[in-house]
Amino acid sequence: MRVVRLASEIDFDGWRRAGRALRAEGVPPEAVVWTVEYDLFADGAAPAAPAKGAGPRFTVPQPFIDLAERVVLNRSNERFALLYTLLWRLEREPGLIDNPADPDLTRARDMAKGVSRAAHKMKAFVRFRLVEGVEPEVYMAWFEPAHRVTEAVAPFFARRFTGMNWSILTPDACVAWDGETLKVSEGADPADAPREDAQEELWRTYYASIFNPARLNPRMMQQEMPKRYWRNLPEARLIPELIESAQRRTAQMVEARPNPPSERVLKAALRHARDGSYGESDPLTLEEAAVAAQVCRRCDLWREATQAVPGEGPARARIMIVGEQPGDEEDLTGRPFVGPAGRLLDKAMLEADFDRRKAFVTNAVKHFKHEPRGKMRLHKTPDRGEVQACRWWLDAERRMVKPRVILALGATAVMGITGRSMPIARSRGAPIALDGGARLVVSWHPSYLLRVPDADARARAYAQLVDDLRLAQSLT
Amino acid sequence: MSAMAVLDLKRKLAILSDAAKYDASCASSGAEKRNSLSGPEGRGKGVGSTEGMGICHAYAPDGRCISLLKILLTNFCIYDCAYCINRVSSNAPRARFTVKEVVDLTLNFYKRNYIEGLFLSSGVIQTGDYTMEEMVRVAKSLRLDHDFRGYIHLKLIPEASPELAAEAGLYADRVSINIELPQDESLTILAPEKDPAGIKRAMGRMRLSIEDHNEPAKKAGKRKFATSQSTQLIVGADAARDSDILARSANLYGAYKLRRVYYSAFSPIPDAASRLPSMRPPLMREHRLYQADWLMRFYGFTQGEIVEPGEDLDLTVDPKTAWALRHRGDFPVDVNTADRDTLLRTPGLGTRGVDRILSARRQTRLTLADVKRVCGSTKRAQPFIVTADWTPGGLTDAKGLKASLIVPEQLSLF
Ligand code: SF4
Ligand code: SF4
Repeated sequence: MRVVRLASEIDFDGWRRAGRALRAEGVPPEAVVWTVEYDLFADGAAPAAPAKGAGPRFTVPQPFIDLAERVVLNRSNERFALLYTLLWRLEREPGLIDNPADPDLTRARDMAKGVSRAAHKMKAFVRFRLVEGVEPEVYMAWFEPAHRVTEAVAPFFARRFTGMNWSILTPDACVAWDGETLKVSEGADPADAPREDAQEELWRTYYASIFNPARLNPRMMQQEMPKRYWRNLPEARLIPELIESAQRRTAQMVEARPNPPSERVLKAALRHARDGSYGESDPLTLEEAAVAAQVCRRCDLWREATQAVPGEGPARARIMIVGEQPGDEEDLTGRPFVGPAGRLLDKAMLEADFDRRKAFVTNAVKHFKHEPRGKMRLHKTPDRGEVQACRWWLDAERRMVKPRVILALGATAVMGITGRSMPIARSRGAPIALDGGARLVVSWHPSYLLRVPDADARARAYAQLVDDLRLAQSLT
Repeated sequence: MSAMAVLDLKRKLAILSDAAKYDASCASSGAEKRNSLSGPEGRGKGVGSTEGMGICHAYAPDGRCISLLKILLTNFCIYDCAYCINRVSSNAPRARFTVKEVVDLTLNFYKRNYIEGLFLSSGVIQTGDYTMEEMVRVAKSLRLDHDFRGYIHLKLIPEASPELAAEAGLYADRVSINIELPQDESLTILAPEKDPAGIKRAMGRMRLSIEDHNEPAKKAGKRKFATSQSTQLIVGADAARDSDILARSANLYGAYKLRRVYYSAFSPIPDAASRLPSMRPPLMREHRLYQADWLMRFYGFTQGEIVEPGEDLDLTVDPKTAWALRHRGDFPVDVNTADRDTLLRTPGLGTRGVDRILSARRQTRLTLADVKRVCGSTKRAQPFIVTADWTPGGLTDAKGLKASLIVPEQLSLF
């Protein structure tokens, strides 16, 4: 039997040195006893851990070291032995650490998990109290961690309460911060910390008020805030009374007779219904149309969209560009052709020497039709009914702007303007006369260009778009 | 002559935290990591840190996490939203904090390690802009006067000006606007002064600001900006079905890149309005909605797969199990060979469990006991999986399967 005496309960380095030497010597786990203090009945007094640097070194997977560092902080008496068993087995089964189903490893993992949880709960449940009558301010807390995590958690408090003088006392160890350095000392006694703090009354008021008696669920509370912590939590003394009165308070609220409906509310609802809908009378200005489209309910697309995106540009523009519908960015900004397709159009315009500021730019459909996909919105082509419904707005814009030339980008735009579908490939390249004297030029929608996979086809379509922009401009 | 009683701080706190408790959001996670010891602005003069994961400093007897000081600046409100305890027509006692009172309370609580930071909301007094400006002053004073590096969440007033909303983003880690009701129509009826389109536009602007500030190219040299926005939907105050609610969430996640949609079971409030149901909060429904929300965000389910239009979620089993029961032909699944997506769709297997299965099976052929060790339990999964030593046989298709999977989930004492 070999006996290893470690310097302290959390002596990870000592365990590591001893483990290294023992494994190199081939001492199996059953033949080692791990203790922390000097043990009278152990045979032999010589420390099993050799001097630093002795014994051949070998490598172990980093995840094992990380695991071991946490397991050592567990209060379980078997922790050192279990870790040595794993170290021993790792020599024969190098893949062990990657097998989450192994029983020894699972036990170590559970211990580590307990330690992590204890550390997390320490960050959560330490309650500082201001020490009365000391300048500058000093804060102190008494805390009883579930595992020996005090030293490990202390840096967290230093990062958080840097500008404060504080100390945390626990039965295992105490840590103190003076604004510059962390000091660790021996465990203390609850009597060494202040008994109360004037803010605790306010904190209890908050705790009682934020609780919703209609949702009472003490089981869930205890799962996350186990009773073992309660005696050091100033708010916990309210819990029994809050639980007890919850049923009564809820019943009172449920049974209470409701107030008569407020006149004011009903009137406001009516007002909203009246003003909220667009009138069937035609809008008289572009501004009016832009506002009225926001409450349009002619088809269902308004539901899932942020806002209607009306056309923009000079009210008397000679040329009007009609696209399909707003996309993701247009929907958020409320402006047409500002997304990827808009940027491509801008590029084509630059090449065609076409001044966008002189054109009235709009879409056949004013709300963004899409389908949610995880955290994305996928564009969906509007159907015939929607295009038809939204022609009301496009027609209004055409009536007011009275362009000489309309450049329709893509099949939806063509449908919005003519009410018919026409294949783009065959109708582009030459102007088409429209009722009322304007002329129509048809071209590809820039977002179609973004989707064409074949590079040659894309370049050809892009060149055609540039040509069509030139053609439209020449007709004004 | 009426002498208005001067409320002491404790009484104000009671009123203004009571009024804030119907907001489900209390998360303090996801903020940019920072602390007081060091940082781009050097060593802090004050206190505060955020280290990714939020911390729950206490739990109320309703089982909910208390992470932030969640209060209203005031519960005076000029509006009349039927579901809200602060509406102008309610008889609730009223109070109002000064900016300094909120700042001091936050710091005092923070220094005693009661909280991670502040979640400030407010009723609307005078105008949207007036109210928003006061709220921004609180956040600004905490950050600039006190070098506070803890968490700040500000509720935006939708009708406040875009400039004020953008300023709020400069001091807050998260901003939110509650859309509250799943359907625009019910918002018009129950919250007549709220403009659903205005709320959406405000969320849209906020998404663009967040993306703009967090784009690496533009980040350099700029003051950091809020990293996320969220919203809340009230469940059970109107006639909306779960399918409507989830459709709304899917829309909100996609359109405004929300970090979270919170679901809040409509809870009876003192002095309730008559147009609302007076009942105990539908906690199980809320729970199922959260589960469905996770399936959409982390498990590759679409909203349409989870619930048919016009339908509610099954309250007796979780939505993944309900889906599997409707698709029994796809099961059982062999945990030793199935791909990740298929495993994720198997009842009882979570994302972490699936990842462990994938790494464990490189070492060994998994038995049922192995699966139990890596996933914690196999009760739910067992009828749907095949392992080295287990096949469910006819169990997957058994008539009584659903009944056997109904575990009483204790959500409340009632
Ligand atoms: S898409 Fe057009 S018709 Fe449909 S709601 Fe929007 S503006 Fe009205
Ligand atoms: S505006 Fe907000 S605080 Fe005011 S009544 Fe409506 S929900 Fe309540």
